[in-house]
Amino acid sequence: MSRAIRLVLAALWLATLHIGAIGAGFFSPSDYAEQNRSFPFAPPTRLHFVDPAGRFHVRPFVCRWSAHPGTVVYSEECDQPFPLQFFVTGARYRLFGMVQSHRHLFGVASPAHIYWMGTDDFGRDQFSRFLYGARLSLFSGLFACAISLTLGIIFGTLAGYYRRSADSVIMGTAELSLALPWLYLLLVVRALLPLSTSPSAVFLTVVAIIGIVGWARPARLIRNTVLTAGAREYVLLAKSFGGSDLHVLLTHIMPQIRPVAMTQAPLLIARYILAEVILSFLGLGVAEPTASWGTLLKSVQQYSILSSYWWMCLPASLLLPTIMSYMMISINRSQAEISPA
Amino acid sequence: MQTAAIYAGRRALRGLYILFGVSLGSFILSELAPGDFYGEARLNPQISPDSLVRMKSEHGLDQPLIAKYCYWLESVVRGEWGFSLSYNMPVGRLLWWRLLNTLLLTVTATVLAWVVAVSAGIWLAAGGRTVHRLLARGGLALLVATPEVLLVLIFQLIAARSGYLPVGGMSSPEWPQMKLWNIAPDVARHLVLPVTVLTLSALPAIAMHAASSITEVLDAPFIRGARANGIPQWRLLWRHALPAAAHPLIASFGLSVGTLLSASVLVESAMGWPGLGGLMLEATLERDVHVVISIVTLSAVFLVAGSFVSDLLLYSVDPRIRRE
Repeated sequence: MSRAIRLVLAALWLATLHIGAIGAGFFSPSDYAEQNRSFPFAPPTRLHFVDPAGRFHVRPFVCRWSAHPGTVVYSEECDQPFPLQFFVTGARYRLFGMVQSHRHLFGVASPAHIYWMGTDDFGRDQFSRFLYGARLSLFSGLFACAISLTLGIIFGTLAGYYRRSADSVIMGTAELSLALPWLYLLLVVRALLPLSTSPSAVFLTVVAIIGIVGWARPARLIRNTVLTAGAREYVLLAKSFGGSDLHVLLTHIMPQIRPVAMTQAPLLIARYILAEVILSFLGLGVAEPTASWGTLLKSVQQYSILSSYWWMCLPASLLLPTIMSYMMISINRSQAEISPA
Repeated sequence: MQTAAIYAGRRALRGLYILFGVSLGSFILSELAPGDFYGEARLNPQISPDSLVRMKSEHGLDQPLIAKYCYWLESVVRGEWGFSLSYNMPVGRLLWWRLLNTLLLTVTATVLAWVVAVSAGIWLAAGGRTVHRLLARGGLALLVATPEVLLVLIFQLIAARSGYLPVGGMSSPEWPQMKLWNIAPDVARHLVLPVTVLTLSALPAIAMHAASSITEVLDAPFIRGARANGIPQWRLLWRHALPAAAHPLIASFGLSVGTLLSASVLVESAMGWPGLGGLMLEATLERDVHVVISIVTLSAVFLVAGSFVSDLLLYSVDPRIRRE
């Protein structure tokens, strides 16, 4: 595969995932916390085109699962096809936090269910949980990246442009936070904040912690960029013509910072998505029943679940292409910088 | 021109500044935090407010920050590293075994990761067929993107399925009855899985770094000149290219220690390895301030030691530093 194809694939995957995450309520057939206690550990629903009589259906259909009494063993009962329907009504949700709706992109009539990724121990739809979890994990990565890049640009520019005491104070502090393994630092700062229960409060806390803890690395990179940019002739010239600090920073130095920030951003996002996953996995981030990729991973930690129900690993394994896509975009950006096409 | 002693002394001073700053910083942070170790006890109706106040003053929790810090510093000098409220004993005794366990894990993983990664880097840069190299690069890219959590789960699944390696813990349940020569292989068997995960998590970054810096050096004029002079390939690699490519690698050694420590928190708590990471997590949740701060400072000691070692190595490898 050529680099261009890989890049397009990465961008496509990320775009799909983000659209799915933003419209999680619409794209998922059920709510993330909706339990179906009679269907724990149901395997992924299969989509059929040909019914037992051998007739071909243009509209795909699903069969209902029937559970063997007292077990979690299921078999498909294909006596009656349940066609896949679009724009069905279902559980209420809020889109973008404001628009109330109960339309879902797809669904099937009861008593059949549609579980693309099977169900977990409470009979919750894993696909819906994956989408809702993506909303939390992806956006905590994005927001945390925005925070740490903003902090990094502000402090890095201050240190690199004004040098002397600003430089030694800011970089001295940065060195302190870089002197700690980042997970230790994350834990220490997490220890300070109350383990609140409201999911949105926890989300904000986690985002703020990850973003603030990560400020030092981008700050150091940007400081070095500003330092070299500040010594260029055109910057000195602009200063000697009486250009104010603000003018010089905005028109001459900012363009130098931008490529660095753009290469760093995807890397930081990938790193911070993982940070959220790890915090939730360790029980310090969002907690059940809220779906995040970390809590989804936590649920497969038990060996019996991991080994018996392979579909429980589906959401977790989709973490891999996501991280890879972000990294690929970052690598591509850094190469574009070295050799502009 | 600076002598080795002055250089080492300056690096050591910088390390001391970092340790001091980290411990003071975490003390200040813990002071800012709402609540303390006795938050749970406050809800208990059987404990009167008076006795809470008494317990607090007994452990000096009502003192000002500076006094608390000095008390902790003094106990560090005595080798006690503060007092753990939840274990009711000096932190030092608590840390000692776990420190050894964590070191056993991380040092083994560090050595393994560096040996494998640097040889892989050399191979990627200099030898091997194009197809193999492409495959290896793809594998490395996949590994970089694989979070440690996933690695842990995958290897636990493999171990449990095959039934050959223990899935977690550090020793078999019957170890108190074991003889000394049986304990070592037993621990080694338990070590395999966590070390593999840690090595794999640290390996790709180092290997890619090594490959790129060696590739860069192999393209340099002095190497082309040496090759034109008919110096054989292996000698070119070992005598000429490697020392020149070593600088960025050695410089990143200190950083890789930090990455490994971070990963070890996760691996330790997920695989039940009784090390610093698990204790840290536990103490974080319980607000056992001295334990948290001592572990954080210890982790900074590791990192500082790592970068000190890499600084000294740089000094011996790179003559440019001596002339600075």
